[in-house]
Amino acid sequence: MNNQNHKEVSYLEYQGKHKGLLGWLLSTDHKRIGILYLISLMIFLTVGISFGLLIRLELLSPGKTIIDPQTYNAIFTLHGVIMIFLFVIPGLPAVFGNFFLPILIGAKDVAFPKWNLTSWYLYVIGGLLAITAILLPGGPADTGWTFYIPYSVRTSTNVTLALFAAFILGFSSILTGLNFITTVHRLRAPGMTWFKMPLSIWSFYSTAWIQILATPIIGITLLLVAFERFFKVGLFDPALGGDPILYQHLFWIYSHPAVYIMILPAMGVVSEIIPVFARRTIFGYNFIAMSSVAIALFGSLVWAHHMFTAGMSSTSQLIFSLLTMIVAIPSAIKVFNWVATLYKGSIDLQVPLLYVLAFIFQFTIGGLTGVMQGVLSIDIHVHDTSFIVAHFHYVMFGGTGFGFFAALHYWFPKMFGRMYNKKLAERTFWGVFVGFNVLYFPMFIMGWLGMPRRYYDYLPEYQIYHMISTFGSWILVPSIFLMFGYLIYYALKGAKVTEKNVWGGETLEWQIDTPPIHENFIEIPTVSDKPYEYKSNELVTQFSEAK
Amino acid sequence: MFDGVSNFSQSTDFTFLFTLIVSAFFLLLVTFLMIYFVFKYNKKRNPVAKNIHHNTALEITWTAIPLILVLIMFWLGWRDYLKQEAVPDNAYTIDVTAQMWLWKFKYPNGKETDTLYVPVNTDVALNLKSIDVNHAFYVPKFRLKKDVYPNQNRKMWFNSSELGSFDIACAEYCGLNHSYMYNKVVVMPKDEFFAWVNSEDKYPTLKQLAEQNLENSRN
Repeated sequence: MNNQNHKEVSYLEYQGKHKGLLGWLLSTDHKRIGILYLISLMIFLTVGISFGLLIRLELLSPGKTIIDPQTYNAIFTLHGVIMIFLFVIPGLPAVFGNFFLPILIGAKDVAFPKWNLTSWYLYVIGGLLAITAILLPGGPADTGWTFYIPYSVRTSTNVTLALFAAFILGFSSILTGLNFITTVHRLRAPGMTWFKMPLSIWSFYSTAWIQILATPIIGITLLLVAFERFFKVGLFDPALGGDPILYQHLFWIYSHPAVYIMILPAMGVVSEIIPVFARRTIFGYNFIAMSSVAIALFGSLVWAHHMFTAGMSSTSQLIFSLLTMIVAIPSAIKVFNWVATLYKGSIDLQVPLLYVLAFIFQFTIGGLTGVMQGVLSIDIHVHDTSFIVAHFHYVMFGGTGFGFFAALHYWFPKMFGRMYNKKLAERTFWGVFVGFNVLYFPMFIMGWLGMPRRYYDYLPEYQIYHMISTFGSWILVPSIFLMFGYLIYYALKGAKVTEKNVWGGETLEWQIDTPPIHENFIEIPTVSDKPYEYKSNELVTQFSEAK
Repeated sequence: MFDGVSNFSQSTDFTFLFTLIVSAFFLLLVTFLMIYFVFKYNKKRNPVAKNIHHNTALEITWTAIPLILVLIMFWLGWRDYLKQEAVPDNAYTIDVTAQMWLWKFKYPNGKETDTLYVPVNTDVALNLKSIDVNHAFYVPKFRLKKDVYPNQNRKMWFNSSELGSFDIACAEYCGLNHSYMYNKVVVMPKDEFFAWVNSEDKYPTLKQLAEQNLENSRN
């Protein structure tokens, strides 16, 4: 890795066949595609956040506050569809997986660069379709992101378009998954054995398997709902002799594993960041790696815990409740190992680590309340209440969202060759953290007290909790927008960073140029060590040459 | 937290309390250790880190203990669920019909109401069905919920030992006025209930109940 003799330009300045904007839109460079994903993802995220803010505003007081019930129902549906299919599911794999997975395993690109670019186009088309539904006559879907039958075949809103959007987005996800699996199997650098892979690779790899195995099921299911709407086939609609429970099974066979598609990559990022800022080796590498695989495996077998009140057979209730309990264990193992990695470290509390610590705190709350819901009698009470809303926001936002923010602040200097203002970033973190918890924690309480979810209006006794929650959104949303603002500003105008190893990390991305050159490595490195092998604060990089 | 009033609410609340205590313990433990380590092993105070790769005994401990705890939790929930599923044969059975966006209740003698009246200390079974889309019959104070489907029957039961009126909500999203699909379940003294249900009166006069509510609100 001696590149003094080469004059390689960074991927940002590289000029291939196409120049300017086309050089980005037609680029098959995994790093550029990662940036394309980042930009489009942030746009959709902004839309999703705005809808979320509207929901909170409406719920500030009982009765009508700013919007009518039909608009409210459409907005929470759009909020769900956009956040799930356009932000949390693609989120970390599409942005950071694309950008860093090849680098972390010592490859020049993913296995199928053209499919990679295709997946971004599918993502954008799917996203635009979902947004278009707002403008067309009939109005946006008002079914909730779950599209439960029979309501979704009865409503006159643009459900078909939303279904089709989700269908296309599924292909985008499958292509990314396929690419990652192939890349990890085929393109690892010499010496990069499975147990020398950084832990984020284990996460992306496990995620990718769920993406390619489970996503086709939601694809065909959503297509069948569209069929049901047009041709009245009678698969799911009880009025035609179909079974609405069958739909729920098919929907959750994908959509529950999808939850792990969302959280696993964030767990990978956490495993990556902690050792770097604790300046010590990760505790329990094998347990963390294997727990990712265990989560992917067990997580695929617990879908019907979304249906404990649906009236399944007792055998189903038994199996799904039991497996739900067991899937909590690998997550617990991860949390304990992360905390143990801080033990006797030499901790540098930088912004990425702050987000990671917040992740652990919030994910623990989300995980433990998830266990509660796996308990049959408790679930029967709290199912479809705001307790659930609080739970999955703690996992999806407090977990994956914060993991995404952590990754952004961690890899930002490597991606853009510039640094953000650390003081500003730290202050913003506190706004995001406090706002998040003020927004979502009251939902646990009112959910236990019996506040159902997807409610436009509510009984006066719940108002105090709704008010606190809405106040939280007034802290959270401005803080997030401030973060987006400074990240964009510093990506363009921040102080230049040229040192390779900004944080003192040991994995391969910190041994290459900042920002990386077009194909990452001039020579493919030979990997000799496990990742995170700190020895008395001395870096032991994964390169043999660097030693 | 313990304001449930059905025969199931106490044990559901107990299970909840148990899981809550266990959860709070682990949350505090993790959070405390995290903050403690960040201060204690700050790079200023602890400039040289110690590398500890793994500790198998520790890994086994923190796998086994949570596993045992979640299995206990599972068992508590499963036990209660089985009771909820075992509808007594001689229960007083009321037909419940859900539709966008109201509930209808039909008593064994054919009488129909839009508010649910039930006798106190009596096993009451509900036959649930919908005539349009999915709904869910939810009485928070009873800690009970069941989805209601068109063309499929669901059954649930309860026994309330407390007089009073409690909210019934729809918990499965059902369109425009989902959040207005509220009604009440009124638990009445047995004699009053049966006198009313066999009478010509459309609604019961809730004299004794009103007094009871007044008393409750005083306490």
